Amino acid sequence: MPSSPAPDLTARPGPLSRDSDMPGGVLFRATGVGVRRGDDWLVQGVDLTINPGEIVTLIGPNGSGKTTTAKIVLGLLRPDAGRIERAGALRIGYVPQRLTIDDTLPFTVRRLMTMTGPATDTEIDRALERAGVGHLAGAAVQRLSGGEFQRTLMARAILRKPDLLVLDEPVQGVDFAGEVALYELIRDIRDELGCGVLLVSHDLHFVMAETDRVLCLNRHVCCAGTPQSVAADPEYRRLFGPRAVETLAVYQHHHDHAHGPDGEVIPLSGERGPDAHSHGDGAVCHMDHGPSPAGTADDQ
Amino acid sequence: MISEFILHAALAGIGVAIIAAPLGCFVVWRRMAYFGDTMAHSALLGAAAAIAFDIDATLGVFTVAVLVALALLALERRGGLATDTLLGLLSHSALAVGLVVMGFMAGLRLDLFGYLFGDILAVNTYDLALIWGGGAVILAILIRIWRPLLAATVAPDVAAAEGMNPHRHRLIFMLLLAGVIAIAMKIVGILLITALLIIPAATARRLAATPEAMAGIAAIAGSLAVIGGLWAAMTADTPAGPTIVVAALVLFLAGTVTWKRKAVDHG
Repeated sequence: MPSSPAPDLTARPGPLSRDSDMPGGVLFRATGVGVRRGDDWLVQGVDLTINPGEIVTLIGPNGSGKTTTAKIVLGLLRPDAGRIERAGALRIGYVPQRLTIDDTLPFTVRRLMTMTGPATDTEIDRALERAGVGHLAGAAVQRLSGGEFQRTLMARAILRKPDLLVLDEPVQGVDFAGEVALYELIRDIRDELGCGVLLVSHDLHFVMAETDRVLCLNRHVCCAGTPQSVAADPEYRRLFGPRAVETLAVYQHHHDHAHGPDGEVIPLSGERGPDAHSHGDGAVCHMDHGPSPAGTADDQ
Repeated sequence: MISEFILHAALAGIGVAIIAAPLGCFVVWRRMAYFGDTMAHSALLGAAAAIAFDIDATLGVFTVAVLVALALLALERRGGLATDTLLGLLSHSALAVGLVVMGFMAGLRLDLFGYLFGDILAVNTYDLALIWGGGAVILAILIRIWRPLLAATVAPDVAAAEGMNPHRHRLIFMLLLAGVIAIAMKIVGILLITALLIIPAATARRLAATPEAMAGIAAIAGSLAVIGGLWAAMTADTPAGPTIVVAALVLFLAGTVTWKRKAVDHG
């Protein structure tokens, strides 16, 4: 991706098209971005680029600044340091981590779907069916289970045909098979719309197969790169402890990766180095041929 | 035969009920009942200020209600105290200051009871024009911002991320609320305005499947309460404003009992 002197902070969508606005069609770029609360930095020195058709995953422990970083991308937070560039007229679809709809509001799934923009009934039904909740169009949102609600929120974001899809912990309350199905859905949406995807997750294990790049956060970027290189990084292991070991077990033959110093971006390519090896197996394989998703309409 | 002043009162009350219904729904959805109360309580100060500066009472009430709303937003942003503490502080201070200022104007023979509990039977054609004209403006603005305001109510972050401006719509909503309070003061009085906002909306909740239906049913419930309350006040010679609120309460209870019974039958 070409680096270039781009205009300063453009939080507002401008009239320019994406292509003329940002070189190389980049959707979003943060350079050295930080957010401060009082004397503390919630995150600091974050470099993040999202290209069309790319799935970028933010991982990190609780309080590591994942959601803060996502909110910068969404334009909900203004960074106290660094620079933001955003494609003009960027159409965002947002699946929030948590959304409580007050019981006093009579709100059906169908209404939720058109919350921020109009859509025809056919479009709504198709989006719901894709997310595997087509039968719930008329249901009151307060009656949905956690998993159904997550899928509905996903359907709502898809319906917008976004340029950039931002999902904050989208698999909460979803069982394992549903989780796999949701990630496959994200991949399909990416393939179909060519949109960029920013995924916030606490669990690298499950997102590996579909993710192009991973940023591991702990108030700064601990390590970044392909899922494989991040999983092999000692920083990652230190942050996640036993879980990292468990994940690493899948990648045991990868322990020879080179590591950058703390906070530095690790070279992305997992294929370099003296004993490079194919990465398409292990957990990735397990994801690709995992339990068949129930309810996703892949075949539409 | 219906006398002219009863007809005026009914038209005024129904007009206020129709405007209050959708805004009252938002007050309920946004959990802003106490906020509405605070703005309403400031109305007495507004009325006193209007007399002092010799301006229209409705304008005075509207202005002070807006100022109180802005003060609350500013205090909230500064942090330090919980919102309900701030509301209690503003609400009762505004009411007390209003009463004290009114006290200074004792020579003017002000109808304090009328301000506090309304004086619907004294409605004149100017008031009617204000209610229906001002109400039409308020409703037109509300319809215009309906979708973004609803989105800002359900999920402000999602609305903002997807290109809406929830802060602006919240502010517009507060201005509309101040407008309704200014218009409704004469009908039910400042102490009971919140009741007219909330009770019909609460009555409508279980009967409605969509936000719009809830607003519509609330408008009908409010109008029925006005008609029933006026009739009861005439018959029993009770104060009209409070009687209207009691009628709204009766409708709410009837609705709750009916809904419960239906739920039992279906269950």
